[in-house]
Amino acid sequence: MSSHTTNEPVKQVPTKLAFGDFLGAWKARWGIGRMDYTIKPGLYAVGKPDSESPVLVSANYKLTFDALRKNLGGLDCWIMILDTGGINVWCAAGKGAFGTDELVNRIEKSDISKYVSHKQLVLPQLGAAGVSAYEVARSSGFNVVYGPVRAKDIKEFIREGYKATEEMRMVNFTLWDRMVLVPMELVPALKKSLPFFIGMALSSTFLEKPFGKADYAGLAMAIASGSIITPVLLPAIPGKAFSLKGWIVGLGGTAALVGAFGGYRKGSRILSMGHLLLFPAVSSYLALNFTGSTTYTSHSGVNKEMRKALPLIVGSAFVGAALAIGAYLFRSDK
Amino acid sequence: MKVLRYLEDVSTLELNGEKCTGCGSCIDVCPHGVFCIVGQKAFVADKGLCMECGACALNCPTKAIEVIAGVGCASAIIASWFSGKEPACECAEDGCKPGCC
Repeated sequence: MSSHTTNEPVKQVPTKLAFGDFLGAWKARWGIGRMDYTIKPGLYAVGKPDSESPVLVSANYKLTFDALRKNLGGLDCWIMILDTGGINVWCAAGKGAFGTDELVNRIEKSDISKYVSHKQLVLPQLGAAGVSAYEVARSSGFNVVYGPVRAKDIKEFIREGYKATEEMRMVNFTLWDRMVLVPMELVPALKKSLPFFIGMALSSTFLEKPFGKADYAGLAMAIASGSIITPVLLPAIPGKAFSLKGWIVGLGGTAALVGAFGGYRKGSRILSMGHLLLFPAVSSYLALNFTGSTTYTSHSGVNKEMRKALPLIVGSAFVGAALAIGAYLFRSDK
Repeated sequence: MKVLRYLEDVSTLELNGEKCTGCGSCIDVCPHGVFCIVGQKAFVADKGLCMECGACALNCPTKAIEVIAGVGCASAIIASWFSGKEPACECAEDGCKPGCC
């Protein structure tokens, strides 16, 4: 009954990525069709694996699968792909999709016992948030060994007798790690702010004193501060709270812009005050949203930060917007 | 390399030393080096680095570790206020990122 996949040959996978893989990765990073960027769950072969070869377990998000296989050159092994709904290992583990039940189920479905004589599975360490190793052993008889966090360390991990160094076990958040996340910060931020840009442009058609360059530039600067500059320069910006970091960057940018547009002169000070309250708050909010993309923020921490920061952000933005709009409505000069 | 730290003294992580057998599973799964082994027991060496992913508690065979696991994601928490559900990564929507959670 359980052997409906038995006759299906195990698919061989290359360890070199093709042009299409790079293109696909680029699109996924920009959010283009990324929820369909999946591969079929099941068993795959790298090199010429035999019954003694290691079994590496991973997720069915193609970006994850590619990151794994490109690091397996020269190795003979099996890859067991779990059905994580096209989501990377860590995310899926947090949701339980890369989890004990799916792993136990996939051990059965893939008939792995017919291909290997040992009882060991190598899981990415970040899968541990969804998998209970001792429960997998109890239910399936397979021992889970947690491998390194990053696929690039797998060969060394295996060479060293399935031992990870302390460095292999640590998650970090490098400049490059942060930079590849920027598009998916920027695209949603732009989508959310589009109605404001359109609203400002439309109001110019029927209001006598429409929004000026300083308003458009300020909003664009706030978006860049919160979703590009703060994520990229994260460790260099003072503070631990993301909302504070985003506010500092946004305030610096707004202060400079206000100066560039001559906003500190008499007569434009109410508008400038509005900008100084509104735009740093927008940047602060966007930076706060970056917490979800980081590798080190806790739920309790984000909860605490939001309780303190959100009332300030909303209040500041509201007063700032009111001042800016008021400055236009009551401006007497032509 | 400089280790990034978030807010201190907020994590819900608790380790019960009496139940701990010193097997080291927590050390293997923790992505931030929160634990250390001294003698035959695990200890919380740096609680401020804990991100509450829950891997240690899930993989502790003697259930010596407790932590309220959750997502450290502001958008997920805000969404949960409106939906009334537990905060979760909504990776199916555009708010979630390839490297997230």
